[in-house]
Amino acid sequence: MALADDEIILAHRNSEWTGHAPILEEDIAFSNIAQDEIGHAVIWYTMMAELLGEDPESYPDQLVFFRDPSGYRNAQLVELPKGDWAFTIVRQFLFDAAEILRLEELRHSQYQPLAEAANKIQKEEFYHYRHTHAWVQRLGLGTTESHRRMQAALDDIWPYTAQLFEPLPDETLLVEANFVPDPAGLHSAWRNLVVPSLEEADLVVLVEAMPVTAPRSHHTEHLPALLAEMQAVARQVPHAEW
Amino acid sequence: MEGITVENIWEVLDEVKDPEIPVVSLAEMGIIRQIEISGETVIVTMTPTFSGCPALQVMKTDIEKRLREEGISSIEVRLVLDPPWSSDWITAEARQKLKNFGLAPPPRHGGNLQEILLIDIVACPYCDSTNTTIKNSFGPTLCRAIHYCDNCQQPFEQFKPL
Repeated sequence: MALADDEIILAHRNSEWTGHAPILEEDIAFSNIAQDEIGHAVIWYTMMAELLGEDPESYPDQLVFFRDPSGYRNAQLVELPKGDWAFTIVRQFLFDAAEILRLEELRHSQYQPLAEAANKIQKEEFYHYRHTHAWVQRLGLGTTESHRRMQAALDDIWPYTAQLFEPLPDETLLVEANFVPDPAGLHSAWRNLVVPSLEEADLVVLVEAMPVTAPRSHHTEHLPALLAEMQAVARQVPHAEW
Repeated sequence: MEGITVENIWEVLDEVKDPEIPVVSLAEMGIIRQIEISGETVIVTMTPTFSGCPALQVMKTDIEKRLREEGISSIEVRLVLDPPWSSDWITAEARQKLKNFGLAPPPRHGGNLQEILLIDIVACPYCDSTNTTIKNSFGPTLCRAIHYCDNCQQPFEQFKPL
């Protein structure tokens, strides 16, 4: 559920650039990335439906459109407003890096459906990571203004990244069964991946702010507004078909 | 249903084209993985190229529709993720068709996708020059990237390696 919710909420934020991105290429790129993420969310929600004995066709929609904010298990990182282009790039880069590493571990999960899905999704994620990695370098080493915005975005975002690696309730059991990777190990692998890349782009992680480690049922004031928009049509016409 | 074999079904389904690239069939693209006949039921197993592909539902419906035209009423289309679809599965004929359609076929990567993404030399489908520049890893559909040929001055799309 956490995996799926991260994807769907970030997909919505990214889709907000459709028609508004700074250049046409990025309008297309972020619309694509959003669409990929929705596809990945569907895979995870469908897997949940199968585990719970729910209808795999209708359950994902039910979860996405008819859950209230407190029912969502996404990290606060993905629900923050899209901000400026630097904010979007930094968030997406840090998230993509975490996802690539998590999926690499999940490919070896003892739970077969999880391993199969991770194997599929990871190949697509390489494209996202390559894209945002290039943008971090481009903007970090770009103009004084682009560098200033990137550093400011990094300062704002960094405290929220800790929550991506906070253990979920009962996750220890799943780690012991080799179903999912150990979040602490993942966190340090992630730092080893992103910090050198950021430094190459002349960006420094110097935030001393308290990391966000709230449980995933706790959200910022931004999630209700996001859901209100995302769920409006489905809730107004619950049985609509298109 | 009498006397219909798995081979017949493969032939029939070869007429079902990719909704976004109508010059190639789902079978040639490696999207249809397996066909089985179990009693009166025809079971078609397919796998998505990119998991967010919006054409997936259309493909499923097209397969069912074509089989019903053959008088087959009991059809099951299964979706599997494993093994994950690879652009290496696209047949040689289909690659040529993609090229004629103006889509540069994906390079074969033999499972080494990351390496291919780093090198990323793509030949122009119009003049075969490799003097090309990638303009965007993301294109009008999830499976396409946008390139520019510096030789014939023509923008073109590529079917992305996966």
